[in-house]
Amino acid sequence: MALLEVENLEIAVSTQRNLLPVVQGVSFTVDENETLGIVGESGCGKSLTSLAIMGLLGTSPVRITGGSIHFDGMNLLALSERERRAIMGNRMAMIFQEPMTSLNPVYRIGDQIVENLRQHQNLSHAAARDRSVELLSLVRIPDPSERIDSFPHQMSGGQRQRVMIAMALSCDPKLLIADEPTTALDVTVQKEVLDLMADLQSRMGTAIVLISHDLGVIAETCDKVAVMYRGKIAEAASTADLFAELLHPYTRGLLNSIPVVDRDVEWLEAIPGRVPTLEETLTGCAFQPRCELATELCACEAPQTTQFKPGHSVQCHFAGQDRS
Amino acid sequence: MLAYTVKRLFTLIPTLLAASILVFLFVHLIPGDPAAILLGDTATPEEIAQLSAEMGFDRPLWIQYFLWLGNVLQGDLGISIFFREPVLAVIGSGAETSILLASMTMFWIILIGLPIGVLSATKHGTWVDQITSSGAMLAASMPTFWLGLYLIMIFSVTLGWFPSSGFPSLSDDGGITNLRYLILPSLTLAAPNAALIVRLVRASMLDVAREDHVRTARAKGLHPARVTIKHVFRNALIAVAAAFGFTFAALISEAVVTETVFSLPGIGRLVVQSILRRDYPVIQGVILVIVVLYMIINLLVDLAYARLDPRVSLK
Repeated sequence: MALLEVENLEIAVSTQRNLLPVVQGVSFTVDENETLGIVGESGCGKSLTSLAIMGLLGTSPVRITGGSIHFDGMNLLALSERERRAIMGNRMAMIFQEPMTSLNPVYRIGDQIVENLRQHQNLSHAAARDRSVELLSLVRIPDPSERIDSFPHQMSGGQRQRVMIAMALSCDPKLLIADEPTTALDVTVQKEVLDLMADLQSRMGTAIVLISHDLGVIAETCDKVAVMYRGKIAEAASTADLFAELLHPYTRGLLNSIPVVDRDVEWLEAIPGRVPTLEETLTGCAFQPRCELATELCACEAPQTTQFKPGHSVQCHFAGQDRS
Repeated sequence: MLAYTVKRLFTLIPTLLAASILVFLFVHLIPGDPAAILLGDTATPEEIAQLSAEMGFDRPLWIQYFLWLGNVLQGDLGISIFFREPVLAVIGSGAETSILLASMTMFWIILIGLPIGVLSATKHGTWVDQITSSGAMLAASMPTFWLGLYLIMIFSVTLGWFPSSGFPSLSDDGGITNLRYLILPSLTLAAPNAALIVRLVRASMLDVAREDHVRTARAKGLHPARVTIKHVFRNALIAVAAAFGFTFAALISEAVVTETVFSLPGIGRLVVQSILRRDYPVIQGVILVIVVLYMIINLLVDLAYARLDPRVSLK
């Protein structure tokens, strides 16, 4: 059994009139020491999926309407809130997109790490503080015994994200969920943070779910990839298989939109159109209005997930076909 | 912190000077001869001329100002026309009542305003929130003189729980139990201000609750109550602390009405009576004292603000 098993996850936003589905039939697994990348445009449901796994949907109008999430043999959706909290920040931890605002501005960073440690481990304040200094040096914060008393506003974005990582790793989690951890950072700092995460993973064996809209980041760091489009997994495979053969026209579009530095072009490539809004009901494939391969079949019938090759699944009637 | 405080005290000087000019001009901006106004309609021309010379009104305005300022700096605010006593002593006699009234009012504001605000925010959207929010709206829109009279009717006249007026000093018979005279007035004064704090605490907690760091706190697996108090409320306090400065300003003007309704021998009632008696030196003195107090309170609020928010640098 894999460490994390998400099966047929359904998430919906409740409005005054009805429930609008935002994530539909999403399934994937993550093993120990493995990194799964979830990639997609804004609003495709990747962040909601990660919040649902973590248990942070809370009192928002967004709720899980179907499917299951198993973690380490436990059915997370069947746990009480109290049992759930015992896992959060402990065996499962999360880092977020906005390092500038994800730390509480009025407390010293050390106190914020200590808080997480003492919530889950029976440590004295002094012991938790010593452990926090160790964690800060683990994430390569210079002068950790001094910086532990800094306030968040006294640190740069990259340093704050390191603090977030230190906090997330403080209780040796089995699973780390990273929701766009490098999006808000400079490119050079991005690389440092990703390297740090990879390094810590190889030392601790943590499983990572990395959410990103950046295929480049995914290609560099992940063992396998799930491409999401409007709440569904359009294509999923190991990173090597996926980039060897891009089956879904959306995945190809994403890859083509990455500018190539040594090619001189007047216009950057983009996928035409926009993601259909939640209110628009679709009968066929959600990508069909933007797809160059679309036929009448695509407009009437939503494609099912098919195993194109072992370990490489896709939701497209014309998977792997070019325009010809 | 100390250096900042000293620096802030120095920046008070120009503000105080400006305030002193306004207060001084108060008497001199009134059309006509100040001496005639001070003495009233029945004064003879000789009396007016005599007072004019006595008070130096016949000298150039700027010389009068500096003479007055010199006296003020030595603690001499002049002589009350009505009491024939130094103004400072007259104000001092009302100080005990006003200070006790203000302290009790602040006590109610904090005791009632903060917990109800937190409750309203944590239960927002439910019937608890609707009741507390509309209660706060009602309390905020009630005029103090009306509320004061109503409380007297219910708790003094009908139930007989509290005295309806006056306040013997704590050093008189009864000692500390004399504070019961101040319960109704302080509740009257506290109601609209506590309501303001309820609304402010609620609004700023709901704002903070949407911030990213609160999600981080929840991701640690903390108990929701701990997230609310330690992370949401603590941050919301920053905005609330700033409002306490304004609350004080509101208290001063409302105290004038409340002390009159409850016949309390405080500074607020002194102002009203001095205006009726045209006792200008007392009015001037009280205004000056209030200006100084207001500036000190705001300095304290700023210092508290810096303690609450580490991002505010005291340099």
